Amino acid sequence: MENTTVKRGRAARLLAALATTALSLGVLLMAGPATADTVNDEMPYKVSGNVQKSGEPLAGVSINVNGNGIDADVVTDAEGKWKVGVSERNTTYTVTLDETTLPEGVIVKDNPETTDVVEAAVMEVEMGPGGRVTMNYFIGKGERVVAPYIDQVVQRLISGVNFGLMLALAAIGMSLIYGTTGISNFAHAEMVTFGAIVTFVMSGMGAPIWLAIIAAIVASALFGWGLDSAIWAPLRRRNTGLVQLMIVSIGLSLAVRYTFQLFIGGGTEQLPGADAPKIPLFGTVALSWIDMASMAISVILIAAFAWWLMFTRMGKATRAISDNPGLAAASGINVDSVVRVVWIVGATLAGFSGILWAYFRPGIRWDMGGQILLLMFAATTLGGLGTAWGALVGSLIVGVLVEASSLFIPSDLKYVGALVVLIVILLFRPQGILGRKERIG
Amino acid sequence: MDILGILNSTAGFVLAPVTIAYALAALGLAVHFGFAGLLNMGMAGFMALGAYGYAMGILSFGLPWYLAALVGLGAAVVFALILGIPTLRLRGDYLAIVTIAAAEILRLLFLTKTFDEYTGSADGLFGYNGEFQEANPIADGTYGFPPFEDTAATWWVRIVGLLILAIATFAVWRLVNSPWGRVLKGIREDEDAIRSLGKNVFTYKMQALIIGGVLGAMGGLVLAMSSNVNQGQYVTSLTFFIWTALLLGGAATVFGPLVGSLIFWVLQAFLGLLFPAMAEAGLLLGLTSIQAAQIKYIIVGVALVLIVVFRPQGIFGNKKELTFVR
Amino acid sequence: MSGNANPSTTPVKSTGLHIGEPAPGVAKKDPILVADGIVRQFGGLTAVNVDHVEIPRNAITALIGPNGAGKTTFFNLLTGFDQPNEGTWSFNGKSLNGVPSFKVARMGLIRTFQLTKALGLLTVMDNMKLGNTGQRGEKLLSSLIPALWKKQDSEIEVKAMELLKRFKLDAKHEDFAASLSGGQRKLLEMARALMTDPTLVMLDEPMAGVNPALTQSLLDHILDLKTQGMTVLFVEHDMHMVRHIADWVIVMAEGKVVAEGAPDEVMKNPAVIDAYLGSHQDVDLGAVTGRISLPESK
Repeated sequence: MENTTVKRGRAARLLAALATTALSLGVLLMAGPATADTVNDEMPYKVSGNVQKSGEPLAGVSINVNGNGIDADVVTDAEGKWKVGVSERNTTYTVTLDETTLPEGVIVKDNPETTDVVEAAVMEVEMGPGGRVTMNYFIGKGERVVAPYIDQVVQRLISGVNFGLMLALAAIGMSLIYGTTGISNFAHAEMVTFGAIVTFVMSGMGAPIWLAIIAAIVASALFGWGLDSAIWAPLRRRNTGLVQLMIVSIGLSLAVRYTFQLFIGGGTEQLPGADAPKIPLFGTVALSWIDMASMAISVILIAAFAWWLMFTRMGKATRAISDNPGLAAASGINVDSVVRVVWIVGATLAGFSGILWAYFRPGIRWDMGGQILLLMFAATTLGGLGTAWGALVGSLIVGVLVEASSLFIPSDLKYVGALVVLIVILLFRPQGILGRKERIG
Repeated sequence: MDILGILNSTAGFVLAPVTIAYALAALGLAVHFGFAGLLNMGMAGFMALGAYGYAMGILSFGLPWYLAALVGLGAAVVFALILGIPTLRLRGDYLAIVTIAAAEILRLLFLTKTFDEYTGSADGLFGYNGEFQEANPIADGTYGFPPFEDTAATWWVRIVGLLILAIATFAVWRLVNSPWGRVLKGIREDEDAIRSLGKNVFTYKMQALIIGGVLGAMGGLVLAMSSNVNQGQYVTSLTFFIWTALLLGGAATVFGPLVGSLIFWVLQAFLGLLFPAMAEAGLLLGLTSIQAAQIKYIIVGVALVLIVVFRPQGIFGNKKELTFVR
Repeated sequence: MSGNANPSTTPVKSTGLHIGEPAPGVAKKDPILVADGIVRQFGGLTAVNVDHVEIPRNAITALIGPNGAGKTTFFNLLTGFDQPNEGTWSFNGKSLNGVPSFKVARMGLIRTFQLTKALGLLTVMDNMKLGNTGQRGEKLLSSLIPALWKKQDSEIEVKAMELLKRFKLDAKHEDFAASLSGGQRKLLEMARALMTDPTLVMLDEPMAGVNPALTQSLLDHILDLKTQGMTVLFVEHDMHMVRHIADWVIVMAEGKVVAEGAPDEVMKNPAVIDAYLGSHQDVDLGAVTGRISLPESK
């Protein structure tokens, strides 16, 4: 912790000099906060607290406050105190204590006073109209409960399959779109977020969750149809180049993403049932009914999609276009209408995947789709760009890899593994696992 | 609503360090994409290396600031080599995905607690600019006239930034108007044709990747000199914003990226102040000022789409010379 | 130089190029390019399987064959744009195994492409200048200092103008290549190839898509190359052109060399007629494969 003090000292010396630029940069670049016992002091409302173990202050404990556009890290001072300034009141914030920064043999114990306990170290605090809230952690002696290794592995594998299936729903659509139109669709992330947000808005309006989900799926299909009619179909008629289309999808992604933020704000929202209790299966392995339903529904949807792709007229036409658009068009397939269906199917699957992602994370955020966009790219590339089955296999591998890798590497690096695999695959087998070599180049 | 105040603050961005940083990065992207046809979607990664290399050079290795700056640029060269050796043989959109993934890997490595000692993880690095500011020949105080009134420290960053930008622009202008630049433009259009004429296409692409990457790192360096370093700045959106600035000015031009960055930031600043002010004045149908602040980003996205579709050569580009190849 | 557009010009044919009976793989008196056991497979399909072939020096050799015979693939293999699964080949006695395409080009073996690769967004003059080899200004560091390359660049410009005049493109030297017609682009591509001072020029379907009004001047240019001491190997479907200018003809079918010989002899060879026409052997080859027929001959 000496390091931190040194940094703080120098920071103070330069503070005046940097004030002007830092302010402008801070607003416009969302620059991160400085580590200190007090963060964002200029903001009007405060979340603060005191970390003590039986009256004895604990210094240097990392605490994160998240919600409503704030994501600030703070470290307790010598008196165990910390304070974070926030911009909104009458709302909730998630406060997380990083248990690894506690001294040996000390953990956060369950707090009998707070009801919204996600985990002992993670608390939801309610900021009332007063604009001040204080919260304290119950720290006590205890060993962090460590599950047996085999249980951890099983739990991670199940979690990975769950994540992979969810990813597959999004990646299959992305892959189909790439196969039929050649677009590397960056806006796919927003198609994922869209499903989750519609569900959230509908259930917020009082609809039961099943109705909200159905509404979200219908809305996602319409969203896909709308994007194609308003943007992609006209660009197809203009014969816009692939690079241009890719950049259009980036622009679209930015515009839609910030539109989401405009409506739901920068915080994390929860869908009903997100806090469903875990049902122990064996050992310490536990799953909530949401996890199980999520996997079951993913499998059913993927099977239905497979049937569609393999046996229906439209599905066969889709595969024909992926194989050879020129030939497909020449043999009388209406490429334009097939591509439209592909956008609708892709958006529907992505929207559904978004709902599952909201439960898996858990929480709904305006940029939640963007968080898995590169993993979707990794999955589609891994399996072979433009092949639907490749996307499925790739997603499962990426899902398991991401979840299981946290057994070996720090969990904040778990996405790195998948991205490294993405790059390595592109280098040594650019056609992917199931792709054909001839398609490349 | 204080229109004058908004215009005043906006004008401050005309020569702000962040504008200079964007101009440098956009210039690098022009070398990559506009002249060599390389679809680099990982510019944020190069910028992060410039910034972190500089800050870590001072904080972790105890180097003088000018050597630390070179560490940042050198890191960008190494990154370009690591990225380029395997990927420059791949098709364009693969390069895009590899670069975006590589930049994100870098950011996650800067974010992880594992290397907290060196990178400051989520908190980033700060307090490294002391020596750089001690080298400031300008006496303390504020200089200039509103809206260009700033402290000596800011002026120092600005002068160093402009100097770097001027040298970089001149060098790029020389390069692209030389036979070397001719080969590069040829590669942009058809690699095989250039290969069939006996040119080592790979070497040229690699040189372009390195030069553009170093320019990006210079952008990161200027950002780091003007504020603190945090991985939250170097997200993929930053790459997209720089693309917007580049395409706004014209990808295959030398001065387009500079003007594009200027327009980008002036509009960003103006709209970022205008919409919240309008919201407070109740002109935006009940949006709060925080919501209204998002509108400018939506406009960036829409603008990017419109430019690419309707004016792909940018404001200054020549339609005949470059739109989009392939 | 024959700027004459009269198709009746009879070019001087080189004869006596081979040793012994003309047959697939026959030895040449002075071969410039020799290929042995070249095999290229795509998946399960064998696109090229050439046992032995030699290309005679300072002559015009035509490589003909029906669509899918592997001619362009063979071109790609010889010039380093593709690598064979097995086989050896050499140019001027130097092995080309594993030599990358740009190094092959530097050795003096220059090719053009079936689909013209004129660089449309560069000017005609810039296209030409790109052809010149050994330019100081093309090195990264010296390109920064114009004094190092300005003089050489103006010399190149003079040379380029001379070539453009020969190809009747000099009036267009400031235009973007994209504004040229298809035939002019073919001419530009050939002129650009000549900027490299090649010893062997390989033309992939030089006549495809060229306006008939331009064909004669293109033919003359190809004949010129021989006069200037270069060797020409070209792929062509137009039998009229093959008969008119080729000194030697190599026929490929299904990846193999099926016949070799002087143009008139080869056209009568039953193996060739069979390769082109299957069972319709009673039709004269030249009449059928002339410029009007074979709708898919692109």
